[in-house]
Amino acid sequence: MSQVDTKGRRWTLWLPLGLFVGFVVLVLFGLFRPAERTVESAMIGKPLPAFDLKAAVPDRPALKSSDFSGGNPRLLNIFASWCLPCAAEAPQLEALRRAGVEIHGVAIRDTPGDLAVFFAKYGNPYSRIGADNVSAIQFAIGSSGVPESFVIDARGVIRYQHIGDIRADQVPLILAKLKEAER
Amino acid sequence: MMRVLLAALALVLAGPVHAQDKLPPAPYAYRQLDDPAQEARAKALMDTLRCLQCQGQAISDSDAPIAGDMRNQVRLRIAQGEDPEAIRAWLIERYGSYVSYKPKVDALTWPLFAAPLAFLTLAVIVLRKRFAKGRVA
Amino acid sequence: MIANFGLAALWLAAALATLQLVAGGLSLRRETPALAGLVRPVAIAQGLLAAVAFAALIVLFWQTDLSVKLVATNSHSAKPLLYKIAGAWGNHEGSMLLWVTIMGLAGGFVALVERRLPEPTMLATLAAQAFVSIGFYAFLLMASNPFERLDPPVAEGQGLNPLLQDPGLAFHPPTLYIGYVGLSIAFSFAVGALITREVSPAFARAMRPWVLGAWIFLTLGITAGSYWAYYELGWGGWWFWDPVENASLMPWLAATALLHSVSVLASRNALRAWTVMLGVVAFSMSMVGTFLVRSGILTSVHAFAVDPTRGSFILALLAIYIGGALLLFALRAATVTEGQRFAVTSREGALVFNNVMLSATLGIVLIGTLYPLLAEAMGSKVSVGPPYFNPMGAVFVLPMLAVMAVGPLLRWRRDAMARIGKRLIVPGVLALTAFGVMVALGTGLLPALGLTLAAGLLVATLLPLAGRRLRTVTLPLWGMVLAHFGVAVSLFGMAADSAFTQERLVAARVGEIASVGPWQVRLQSIMPVAGPNWTALEGTLAASYGDDGTPAILRTQSRSFWAPVQQTNESALHTRWNGQLYAVLGEEAEGGRWQLRLWWKPFVTLIWLGGLLIGLGGLLALLGRVASDLRRLVAIDKIAYRRERQGR
Repeated sequence: MSQVDTKGRRWTLWLPLGLFVGFVVLVLFGLFRPAERTVESAMIGKPLPAFDLKAAVPDRPALKSSDFSGGNPRLLNIFASWCLPCAAEAPQLEALRRAGVEIHGVAIRDTPGDLAVFFAKYGNPYSRIGADNVSAIQFAIGSSGVPESFVIDARGVIRYQHIGDIRADQVPLILAKLKEAER
Repeated sequence: MMRVLLAALALVLAGPVHAQDKLPPAPYAYRQLDDPAQEARAKALMDTLRCLQCQGQAISDSDAPIAGDMRNQVRLRIAQGEDPEAIRAWLIERYGSYVSYKPKVDALTWPLFAAPLAFLTLAVIVLRKRFAKGRVA
Repeated sequence: MIANFGLAALWLAAALATLQLVAGGLSLRRETPALAGLVRPVAIAQGLLAAVAFAALIVLFWQTDLSVKLVATNSHSAKPLLYKIAGAWGNHEGSMLLWVTIMGLAGGFVALVERRLPEPTMLATLAAQAFVSIGFYAFLLMASNPFERLDPPVAEGQGLNPLLQDPGLAFHPPTLYIGYVGLSIAFSFAVGALITREVSPAFARAMRPWVLGAWIFLTLGITAGSYWAYYELGWGGWWFWDPVENASLMPWLAATALLHSVSVLASRNALRAWTVMLGVVAFSMSMVGTFLVRSGILTSVHAFAVDPTRGSFILALLAIYIGGALLLFALRAATVTEGQRFAVTSREGALVFNNVMLSATLGIVLIGTLYPLLAEAMGSKVSVGPPYFNPMGAVFVLPMLAVMAVGPLLRWRRDAMARIGKRLIVPGVLALTAFGVMVALGTGLLPALGLTLAAGLLVATLLPLAGRRLRTVTLPLWGMVLAHFGVAVSLFGMAADSAFTQERLVAARVGEIASVGPWQVRLQSIMPVAGPNWTALEGTLAASYGDDGTPAILRTQSRSFWAPVQQTNESALHTRWNGQLYAVLGEEAEGGRWQLRLWWKPFVTLIWLGGLLIGLGGLLALLGRVASDLRRLVAIDKIAYRRERQGR
């Protein structure tokens, strides 16, 4: 009841204000951070997990993890015929292929018939295509959507992840990452 | 209400991407394991894993195909006798802590777990003098 | 035309709010009866004008006036009338207009009826209310004008999200909003009391009905929201610890604490500074919750688009109002003494325990909700979900509920447990029995503890009525008993649902039978059906419980809406006294089979029944308080009248 009571713990009266200031600072950060909306793989720098997929289409061989060892770094492209951004990405993949990049594809939840139609329309840049009907490869390498592309070096180590479709202005970036993976 | 709204927006945004996925769901996406004990373990784990596309939902609450595929993955691994926490660790190794709704105690998250203690200590400090000791004023 | 009219009303209301602030503020500094006399009528007029603006928006949506941008982007001429009208508040601008409308009307109502407080405190309160309102008017008029026009008008609107086209959801947001914004009155009272340093039992008695009223709406809003999430989302879950849900839970926790501390202040003139603090915190939580949802910074993905302009505007408002109030508190609270002391074992002691535990729970929810953002600021992503909230919340909630069994039985100031020990034998035995059963069944720890407590509380919460003649029990006491009983009922439902739910996922052909728990469910037919703005495949299920005679018929739909295009699953529910059968029709599977999701959820409905009881208890208490306030007012008037006559 006396003033003596309150003196000893006057700092507690400022505590709510202090906490609120902390809240405002935090929220300011949240408001102005770049809109990071993707889930990145935590597998960068780690070896590609072992897998062995069946061929997705008759005219391309099947894909397994050992197909990535030796030679030059390769691009692992996760795609599907039912995915619109994958169609948008097709010219860029074709450009990469012409630049000498070996691209292996993994078709997610797809059928040979749909893939044939897709390739007839947009071209087929892949040297091998594996079929993954239960997204198992996605989980194994930490991918959360289609399309995604991974740079895999000659020792079979995942070096870089590109989330979403590769835009025309991003082709040089992918080439640089592939070059970097040679080391 | 808002949650429904979010789920709806998630569906709208995810919609076009999955519009033409004609494949049937993975075998164990909408099917339970035959052994009830295993299914219970799988269910408990699935309730605490985050759907990667709908992202505001657990995989056991989502109709997104990738959530179905992840349920399939979880159930298959449980059926092979894998430990639920090992599966969680396997997923965290790939997607980071983000994929699990169950934060682990580490350098980054310890305040989450220290907070309850801090609240109690603070309450004791603030209220200690409120109570009359021995006599009532 | 109507749009211009609405906009004019809104501007006028904003101007009046400014006048209310200036007049109230000035008359606090100097005695100026002319200005002071202005404050109350202006507050009333301001509320009415805001309501007129909101009514104008409803009319625009009703008529589907496509020259208004908000209508064009959120409505569609082919929508059922109910959803056209509900569309008025089913979007950002409309809901902010609803916010200022409720705030203005509540302030006007206070100005009209509140006569108990000393006049300076009253003026400070109304000035504070106007001060907060002005910020939201500014936000509406500058950054989210609901009456913005389109020139030329579009031919057709874009429609309302199908998931929101549900009768329950049409009224859910306004209910919650009345609760959120009703707390602004408690906030203004607290600020007013800090300004004039008048924190007394009279202040508590004046504030209590407002807190009660807002709290009733919050309780009902959360209860309803949980039920709609349960049947709309189609997976049988009823609470997800989603940031958006937490945003509604946090003000409720603060308001519940405030409700209890305010009764200590009213009855015993103790916990003064603490009650004022809670008054500030409760409405702050409403604003923080709304902000976190609106700005989209928390719901991480696919949520409301992050709009830094709007976000920073609301953040600035939060900084001014919450920061200002907390600063005032820090400066003034030291001069507000805490008041009477009491023993640990006393009614006050139990209520303080309740307050500490509720505040700690609030802290857990707040830190768990914000932590993902904090982690991101430190360059890492984490998710915080049920495995954190459930046990951490239980650490505080379960002991609090245990104390709830004894608190209402204790006397004020000091008491002895020995006195009430005997009365707790029956609930104690019940609780132990429940615990034994749960251990024998081998359920999880949390559900077991929950059911144990619930079993004891179902009896213990009724004990304050024992040995009394029920006709003489006052309404507030009935209200408290009913609300506490509702908590026990709800807890029972939660624990039973999490301990005993049975799930069955099957792919069935027409004519096949699936079993879930005690139910046999037969898929009778799959038929196409059409609604006003959707078509659907409807699965008809015949479900029989045990050997019961006639089976119950459930119809579940997989609906396709066309404006906007979207797919939803409509669950079908069959309720019995001991639980609910929950069925959802999924996709077509191979071989002419259909995916069916079935759940048997024992006692799940008690969760929301308990919520309703809590709200009803609040309503009884409110009626009782208002009635006794009226009686007092009449008595005071009589005395004054007599004095006046004697004086002459």
